[in-house]
Amino acid sequence: MKPKTNPTRRTFCKTTALAAGGVLAMPLDIAASSNVLGDDTIKIALVGCGGRGTGAASQALSTKENVKLVAMADVFRDRLDDCYNNLATMFAGSDKLMLTEDDKHVGFDAYKHAIDKADVVLLTTTPGFRPIHFDYAVSQNKHIFMEKPVATDAPGIRSVLATAEKAKAKGLNVVVGLQRRYQDSYLACLDQIRDGRMGQIVSGQVYWNSAGVWVRERQPQQTEMEYQMRNWYYFTWLCGDHIVEQHIHNIDVANWFIGEYPVHAQGMGGREVRTDKKFGQIFDHHFVEFTYPSGAVIASQCRHQPGCVDNVTESFQGTKGKVYTDSQNKAIISGYDGKVLFDHPGADDPNPYQTEHDVLFANIREGKVTNNAEYGAKTTMTAILGRMATYSGQLITFEEALQHGSSLMPDAYNWDAPPPVLPDTEGRYPVAVPGETQVLST
Amino acid sequence: MGFLLLVLPGAIALLPVDREEKPFERYEEHLAGSRETIPMVPIHGGKFTMGSDQGPTGETPAHQVQVGDFWMSTTEITWDLYLQFTEQRNNELNSDHSDEVSLEVDGIASATTPYVDMSHGMGKKGYPVINVTQHAALTFCQWLSAKTGRFYRLPTEAEWEYACRAGSAEPYSFGADSTQLGTYAWYKGNSQNHYHPVGLKQPNAYGLFDMHGNVAEWAMDQFELDTYAQRQGEITVDPWVVPDRLYPRSVRGGSWQDEADQLRSAARMGSDPRWKRIDPQIPKSRWWFTNAPHVGFRIVRPRVTPAPKEISAYWLPAINDY
Repeated sequence: MKPKTNPTRRTFCKTTALAAGGVLAMPLDIAASSNVLGDDTIKIALVGCGGRGTGAASQALSTKENVKLVAMADVFRDRLDDCYNNLATMFAGSDKLMLTEDDKHVGFDAYKHAIDKADVVLLTTTPGFRPIHFDYAVSQNKHIFMEKPVATDAPGIRSVLATAEKAKAKGLNVVVGLQRRYQDSYLACLDQIRDGRMGQIVSGQVYWNSAGVWVRERQPQQTEMEYQMRNWYYFTWLCGDHIVEQHIHNIDVANWFIGEYPVHAQGMGGREVRTDKKFGQIFDHHFVEFTYPSGAVIASQCRHQPGCVDNVTESFQGTKGKVYTDSQNKAIISGYDGKVLFDHPGADDPNPYQTEHDVLFANIREGKVTNNAEYGAKTTMTAILGRMATYSGQLITFEEALQHGSSLMPDAYNWDAPPPVLPDTEGRYPVAVPGETQVLST
Repeated sequence: MGFLLLVLPGAIALLPVDREEKPFERYEEHLAGSRETIPMVPIHGGKFTMGSDQGPTGETPAHQVQVGDFWMSTTEITWDLYLQFTEQRNNELNSDHSDEVSLEVDGIASATTPYVDMSHGMGKKGYPVINVTQHAALTFCQWLSAKTGRFYRLPTEAEWEYACRAGSAEPYSFGADSTQLGTYAWYKGNSQNHYHPVGLKQPNAYGLFDMHGNVAEWAMDQFELDTYAQRQGEITVDPWVVPDRLYPRSVRGGSWQDEADQLRSAARMGSDPRWKRIDPQIPKSRWWFTNAPHVGFRIVRPRVTPAPKEISAYWLPAINDY
């Protein structure tokens, strides 16, 4: 029995990638290209070339419209190159990638150069920069896909809310990557809830309990700014802490299903297991109680501790029944007698990460407008409120958090500028101490 | 036989290296630094009829295959075992370290920590690991080999089917009557829509639990519909269709999601890119599926250890998944 020697996917990709390389090597003048490309071409710029940015670009380029990637931006050349190479492999043999070396922009200001060249921009950098990028994109009249969270602090949220109004006035599409809002199981479930199937929601439990995420080790030649930008997950100004960066998805389901934002929050959290200095300053667990205007109370748990029970789900109790949802397309409403009232058959549902881009680009072609920026900002604010409650140990209202929450961002953005948090002589970063840490500006 | 040795790549493994030194009996592999153990039973190799003449394309024609001796884990690999390799990575070497393989445990890539609950809320302690790619399952074998010095890998489809049949030529190891399936297996008819702890049902004649059902199990092969049709001659010895592309690769045994028919010893299935469809990253994870809550694995250890060069051929290179 000989091993099979059929033409393989690998060799197919290799062959066609070479062919595509020939096309891409031709110089392409962007200013001239708008005429050449024809009226229906939608030009895309990617700002933030990590794994999620690459995913978002691939989804944008997989929509039915006539789309081309014309510019890329990142602070790190190696991340941009990895992203470009992955996209070149994925779209080998197509003409979806229409950019030259001159369209690969690197640095803290790179976003401007990339955004200027496009009709639609994908904002997928670390979340701390989102308000700045969103503001510039709207000022240049671009349609936008932006990843969640949309900021890491209250001033950032205020900026995004103000920019959202400008985007609305200009008729720009803004899709926010809270993909559960584009997921069939959640949408079908929401229809049932709005139809009164489970009555009014009075309580709920939302979870993102997992083992944690990657770590990037410090390299000898790095400035402090570069180190934090590489290992960004563990710095609150860049990431927001995991309650904001990940758990936002589940908190958003609570806001969305209840149809309100919390009045106030209180909770507890800390760093119990993930204490090494390579884990920066963020907590490894938060447990927050959000109270809504209607009286509903939501318990929100997020944990990054290996070896514990994992749970990434949402449950709500209503006056007539209860609901369970998760990102694997499950949505089940049942009565308190155990009877199943609704069970979404989700095995063949579309990928919501693709759907959100399908909607965005179809809208642009058809002249329709979707703008998720306001709920994106208010849900991000809800998660920030949760973090402010656990960092401070205080009960904090949504309004005071939004109006008076402290800025976390640095004064200047360059590789030699000091980040807003610095390590002590042993390389340890300041970690919030409940009861002492102040989260509201005085 | 001599002629077949020349044309069958898998047959290289038949070169006697240390056949005399190892007692071929049941043992418990333990993992230093943990309380976890893996019960391994000896499977005496032999000839059997692989595939079926009545089944769908891919299972036909039934043909004669011979496999060598190997040990196989009596149960599917559990989360408890798998997490030693991933999130609570335990690189302590076993004190009874053997010299079957020479691998540096620190040199083996570790699976990434998943962002979400990969058990889909079905529980972990005592349950089979799921949503793992073939690459991840093989890397677990590599890590276990490095820790123990004993050569572990995934079974080939032939080894898997031989072990599943446990001497039976009938559709199931216990016979042809699918109404008995619930005694031996978790499948759609009795699973209540989730997997179950390993080893709760009756084992087959070789002492192997859950070969039919619970979770489907990875084999080492590329999945091809015409694999059996291409086999020629009276008997095929230790066949292995070496994978050269990412999809589809072979998964056997059926699962808690499947109808009885898909749990038959001869039933075959190929992996599908849709199993990663809600992975938001590019390239997609080489370690985890997002939508394969029915796919796990078990391990084998060949009785005759292949030469180092042949062993390294089993550690298939990772392929980027776009």
